[in-house]
Amino acid sequence: MDRPTEHNEGQTKSKPTDNKISRRDLLRLAGVGGAGLLLGATGVGSLFSGQMRSAAKPASQIPEDKSADIVSFYGKHQAGITTPAQDFIIFAAFDVTAAALGDVRKLFQDWTKAAAAMAKGELLGDSNDNLNLPPSDTGEAEGLSPSRTTITFGVGPSFFDGRYGLAGKRPAPLTDLPAFGGDELREEWSGGDIGVQVNANDMQIAFHALRNLARIARGKAVLRWTQEGFQRTSSSDPSGATPRNLMGFRDGTGNPDVTDEAEMNKVVWASAADGMAWMNGGSYMAVRRIRMRVEVWDRSTLGDQEATFGRHRASGAPLGAVHERDKLDFDQKDEKGKPVIPMNAHVRLAHGDGTVKILRRSYSYSSGIDNKTGQLDAGLLFICYNRDSRKQFIPMQQKLGQSDLLNEYIVHTGSAVFACFPGVSEGGYIGETLF
Amino acid sequence: MKFKVMSFLVACTIVFTGCGSNAVENDKVANESASTNAANETAAADDAWAPILESYRQFTIEQADTFIIETEKFVTAVKDGDVETAKQLYAPTRMYFERIEPIAEAIGDLDPNIDARENDVEDKDWRGFHRIEQGLWEKNSTAGMEEYADRLLEDVKLLRALMETVEVEPSLLVTGAVELLNEVSSSKVTGEEERYSHTDLYDFAANVEGADKIYQLVKGELNKKDAALDEQIGKGFADLEQALAGYKSGDGYVSYLELKEEDTKKLSQLIDALAEPLSQMGTILEA
Ligand code: HEM
Repeated sequence: MDRPTEHNEGQTKSKPTDNKISRRDLLRLAGVGGAGLLLGATGVGSLFSGQMRSAAKPASQIPEDKSADIVSFYGKHQAGITTPAQDFIIFAAFDVTAAALGDVRKLFQDWTKAAAAMAKGELLGDSNDNLNLPPSDTGEAEGLSPSRTTITFGVGPSFFDGRYGLAGKRPAPLTDLPAFGGDELREEWSGGDIGVQVNANDMQIAFHALRNLARIARGKAVLRWTQEGFQRTSSSDPSGATPRNLMGFRDGTGNPDVTDEAEMNKVVWASAADGMAWMNGGSYMAVRRIRMRVEVWDRSTLGDQEATFGRHRASGAPLGAVHERDKLDFDQKDEKGKPVIPMNAHVRLAHGDGTVKILRRSYSYSSGIDNKTGQLDAGLLFICYNRDSRKQFIPMQQKLGQSDLLNEYIVHTGSAVFACFPGVSEGGYIGETLF
Repeated sequence: MKFKVMSFLVACTIVFTGCGSNAVENDKVANESASTNAANETAAADDAWAPILESYRQFTIEQADTFIIETEKFVTAVKDGDVETAKQLYAPTRMYFERIEPIAEAIGDLDPNIDARENDVEDKDWRGFHRIEQGLWEKNSTAGMEEYADRLLEDVKLLRALMETVEVEPSLLVTGAVELLNEVSSSKVTGEEERYSHTDLYDFAANVEGADKIYQLVKGELNKKDAALDEQIGKGFADLEQALAGYKSGDGYVSYLELKEEDTKKLSQLIDALAEPLSQMGTILEA
């Protein structure tokens, strides 16, 4: 990837800001009494304007070929949905404060431009070396690999409340979620007019992306809540085995195959035929912040743990099988005639008859401790994509919320749903089919 | 303090003590590149700036003059042991200072003498408004405050005198407006400025008024350069002022303690929404 050329050229370095003599020091040096003489006569104002600081950086520090580290922002679908999961996530929900649809459109145009640039690891904006202005890019990702950054945008049910005259464009699958068994939802982790999923193989780069999106949004949208997440990094497991969640189990085994286009069209991608043309090629996202009762889980026996999921912890294989990818056999009975995979095991309930699927793209989270109990606030930032939540995610979670053995160890503390836009091609902007 | 560049130039031009030789060289580079720019391009702009800078100077002087008068009343009440009157005068008096805070800060040591909070400076050096505020609200008394009262008035008068020495420059206006809002964002909206009296919203409003004053002065120039930015800033001020008006009470503002979390969050977000475009105002310094 090429970067803006001025960063490759060596330029004269003049960095007057490095010299830390403040006016206050000067006054001390001169004695306050002399201040008039000193400051009154100099007229430095004209000198002050128009100075440029060069951000000169040797070309060698910039990675030669970044293409392997770039996930293209543009395409038929938004990146970050069927893209293999990166190491980190920052999920953010925004509330729109702009009064007019035109401002919202402008926001998405600006966001699109920024997101496309950040996917390529480019600095944002064109004033990054002007001493008179705050730099247009906040700078913490400068010179770093793009790290497979993807930024995925969606709008929530509240976006269609009539403020922007879009009530009639609300797609039926974007329904408010019903209350599920085991919900202890908190306002501070729920809802949002806009959802933004930022992923990257570097947390600093993900943070940079979100921070700059929030900055661009000032005056038009405000952050409502955010949640960071992680999984084992690709460098700790170069083999790319299924990652483990914080309960120690491989998580993602049963996901549909993202390379199977027909399957994705069935499970993930919305179609104009579903009733809302602007969502053609988009997808519906459900986000659940699910806290694990870590301390309780840690005192349960391995046998109970495996029965809870219906899979072996070490191998990830279904109970009664040997390999992770072995088929789930729900009919298998033990010598006493009891089902090997318990009736209320997580995978049995989630699998159902195998016809209803979702694409999970969850991350672990750790958010310090719960000050009320002194226990860890850690768990799963559950994210899934599906073509119609009413037929996929909702019935699935209804079943799980009622009977899942896992419920003893988890509590859902946050929730949001978003209609994620179709992708755009270069020159277009995210949301163009709606606005 | 955001005046490093300028003071560095001043320091090197006039007082060589304290600048390394390296720094002097940098200064030359900066001088050269800047003066080329200046010669070519800012000549015309200077004409536009002169009346703006003069108006701002006038404004700050007026504020400082009234500040002395009001401080005198406040100080008298303190020395008379009239706790009630002193409490009433405290917050409105400070507003004259809060409107022109960038100037006060540019003058140096005076700002802490007038405005330091407990632990900002060593206890033996702690004086000014907040020391008296603590006496008034914590102890409900003016006992032991007489000396602080006298010194406060002296400091306020010194501030006014030294203001004559500050050269108001375009850059000071531009950064000053943002700094006023940064002040709000980091201490007033969090209720950390007025720990005992909880009159933070007075300071809040005054900082915003001070920033608005600057914006009104440069608005014409800004609009010529970037009309969209001007519009954004104008709307930001309008939104913020409208929200603030909701917390008016009589001639002043409600106590910070009456604000709920969602109130402070909303105000804080409005500040951010305004300060971001305001921070782009530096474009008018470009020729
Ligand atoms: C903290 C909460 C959760 C944990 C720890 C968890 C963990 C797991 C684990 C370990 C598996 C087996 C491996 C795999 O196939 O990926 C699994 C499978 C699955 N989970 Fe969860 N899960 C959680 C919440 C949910 C929720 C809320 C849903 C959807 C409503 C869900 C849907 C599924 C599905 C569809 C499968 C695959 C079933 C199949 O093999 O067909 N999970 N989960």
